[in-house]
Amino acid sequence: MADLRINLAGIASPNPFWLASAPPTNTGYQVQRAFEAGWGGAVWKTLGDPIINTSSRFAAVHFNGQRVAGFNNIELISDRPLEVNLKEIYETKKRFPGHAIIVSLMVEPKREKWHEIVKKVEAIGVDGLELNFGCPHGMAERGMGAASGQQPDLVEMQTMWVKEAAQTPVIVKLTPNITDITATAKAAVRGGADAISLINTINSLAGVDIDTWNTVPHVGGKGAHGGYCGPAVKPIALNMVAECARNPLVGVPISGIGGISNWRDAVEFILMGSTGVQICTAAMHHGFSIVEDMIDGLNHYLEDKGLNSVTELIGKSVERYSDWGDLDLNYAVVARIEQETCIVCNKCHIACEDTSHQCIERHTDEHGAAYLKVREEDCVGCNLCSIVCPVEGAISMIEVPSTELPLSWNQRQAAIAAIGKGKEADGTDKKEAV
Amino acid sequence: MGVSVNAAFIPAEALRRNFAEVKAGMRPKEAIEESNRCLYCYDAPCIQACPTGINIPSFIKKIASGNMKGSARAIMDANPVGATCARVCPTEELCEGACVLNHSSKPIMIGQLQRYATDWAIKRGQPLFAAGASNGKSVGIIGGGPAGLSAARELARFGFAVTVYEAKEQAGGLDTYGIVSFRLPKSISLWEVEQVRQLGVEIRTNTKVGQDISIEELFSQHEALVLAAGMSKVPDLGIEGEQLTGVYDAIDFVEATKAELVTDLVGKRVAVIGAGNTAVDAATCSVRLGAASVKMVYRRTRAEMTAYDFEFEFAKQDGVTFEWLSAPIRIIGDEDGKVAALECQPMRLEAAEEGIRKKPVPEGLPYLLEVDAVIKAIGQSRHLPLVEQLGLDHKRGIVTVNASTHQTSNPRVYAAGDVIFGEGQGEAMVVAAAQQGKLAAHAINARFSARSERYG
Repeated sequence: MADLRINLAGIASPNPFWLASAPPTNTGYQVQRAFEAGWGGAVWKTLGDPIINTSSRFAAVHFNGQRVAGFNNIELISDRPLEVNLKEIYETKKRFPGHAIIVSLMVEPKREKWHEIVKKVEAIGVDGLELNFGCPHGMAERGMGAASGQQPDLVEMQTMWVKEAAQTPVIVKLTPNITDITATAKAAVRGGADAISLINTINSLAGVDIDTWNTVPHVGGKGAHGGYCGPAVKPIALNMVAECARNPLVGVPISGIGGISNWRDAVEFILMGSTGVQICTAAMHHGFSIVEDMIDGLNHYLEDKGLNSVTELIGKSVERYSDWGDLDLNYAVVARIEQETCIVCNKCHIACEDTSHQCIERHTDEHGAAYLKVREEDCVGCNLCSIVCPVEGAISMIEVPSTELPLSWNQRQAAIAAIGKGKEADGTDKKEAV
Repeated sequence: MGVSVNAAFIPAEALRRNFAEVKAGMRPKEAIEESNRCLYCYDAPCIQACPTGINIPSFIKKIASGNMKGSARAIMDANPVGATCARVCPTEELCEGACVLNHSSKPIMIGQLQRYATDWAIKRGQPLFAAGASNGKSVGIIGGGPAGLSAARELARFGFAVTVYEAKEQAGGLDTYGIVSFRLPKSISLWEVEQVRQLGVEIRTNTKVGQDISIEELFSQHEALVLAAGMSKVPDLGIEGEQLTGVYDAIDFVEATKAELVTDLVGKRVAVIGAGNTAVDAATCSVRLGAASVKMVYRRTRAEMTAYDFEFEFAKQDGVTFEWLSAPIRIIGDEDGKVAALECQPMRLEAAEEGIRKKPVPEGLPYLLEVDAVIKAIGQSRHLPLVEQLGLDHKRGIVTVNASTHQTSNPRVYAAGDVIFGEGQGEAMVVAAAQQGKLAAHAINARFSARSERYG
């Protein structure tokens, strides 16, 4: 068994799988069931001033017969009294001292409000705090959640206030509803955050009912924007995690969140710089038991890779994530079709013919059997054919040895600029607008 | 199979159950899952494999998108008897056999999805097509089976006035009368008839051409005729005892089960002579009517049997047994003139030249099969008098046509369906008949009308 323990900014957890602050972590009963099922940690559903939730709160996006490709909610923070939550947190921690309990907090952007709740929560014994600067609906209209999370100065200031009072590690949870997430990530770090977690949910309207013309979901015929999560948001989240991970001005541990459904997704987030991951939609879709395969699959993966600890994975792909301008323009791949595996559905042909570079030809062999062939000299290596191919292994993208030395756009522009400047060229990074 | 066989007593309800459709239709979730599994191939081989060229990926994606009317229309547009074909097509030899997923997982259940879409249309009762504006031309169609209905539907959409002359009480031909209920309930075929009638096609039932209406009259009333009269009765075996009580023509026998279920065969021993799809139908019907034992008697072997594999398997599952290499030579009756036994001559197959079926030749001594009923299913004879009255070129009753236009030797007469099946021409499938009817209609339109658009 590989070592799955993690330590995120001082918060120790038996494995990297935490339940995110959300409906699954609403009560002690639920969190204790989760720990029994094997979850390493839980971020308790956000505590703050009392709120009232609506009836009809969730909606999902189904895709081609698959349920819950994406998930949307208009639920707010905990609607239970603070004292009840604190009592249950205490009981849960007492029963599961080895598991990580982090409590999510959200109060008005006032120094004394933050001090007050931090002290109350830490007094019962928790492993860390997570500041909810991300919730995009309901709370934002009261100046909280995403409303403060979208303003770097508010993020910085509130983090600072929390840090003035906090004894335990402070994680700042970031909203993705912002142009450049590193702006708020850096603000959190300036405010003293020990770690960041991302992403919170994305502003969304799950759908419109084409029969009733109501929004999905609706509350008595009226809808409001909600927060989007689940498998569909994973690429967005992964990019934001990666952008933070590779930014030297961020530089704090990351708790990755966004569409993680299984151990493979978790490995991707960890490779892109997350120390651990938080999960909600997958648990809401299938129940707490899904963590069993997450643990099992991660363990087998690490064993296969010859790694002793999951921590050895953290950030291993970050250096491979760069800017477009740094990509080698002389690197080339072409599609190749394995005739043995190809089932001749012609999907690659029509995809290429209609929407890419018209280089997959249909032929008939001497026995009258149809086959497909890539005209490699015209293939730009776009990957589309291999993406639409329904059979694993039927289309491979093969690297074509380049006769040229690697050259990125940035290098190319610098070289051109150097020629323009004659002998004064110093080869420094001079970008031209693209 | 759940076939109830009780020699002592079979209540009518049990018989009805035995003749209820065997295969359940897909449930909505199954249909959604299966339709989403379709790859939506480009230039899909399933379309090529469908004799009527249904755009299968298209109708399947329409199920997935919830466009059920569009799906049913896509099917019925290409195949006017698409609801029947969803149930009776040998799909593993056609569309499903061509599905590319055969090479990587398992083929899409195209037949079942087609049934799901057409069942939706049947349940909704919405007309899918409309007649074209009249072009002032008239076509008479002899025979209201799948080929005739298909031609009629297309011609009506082109704007022709169409009259179908149907000898039987109801149209639909074999679909209505000849395909066993547990494969194809009569209501499905009658819905398809109704779809054609709704386009203003006049269907004159109980009207036998050459008897109730003369050929001359047809020629005087219509610019063109489509001969789609199908085939006739099962020919005589040419052996002693065929007139005995308890000897049936398989076609009549199956037809009777579609009208009323009788208990004549309960507890009886039945021999079915022949090994084609109709023979299997007669055999499985006998089982379902409560026969104590059902034997198929065939002078060749399993390898030469012309029934589809799935039909053979179905018969086996129903408990039908097989008497291979056995030629009936005499039906023996009792003192009341009822069948008592079938005398059979054992055969062996004599090797023949390549490409020619092995010839059965007698070997050994004849033996008796004690049976109470004999069902003849050795193919069907032709409507030779009708073909000759129409003055059409033919080979042994099989009308000769131009393969693409379906025009006969009389330029005003086109032919489609079983009347042209045989001697290497055509195929004995409902779906082939539908396509031929369609082709004939399109050729008639090209010749008699300047308009090429179909309406509705």
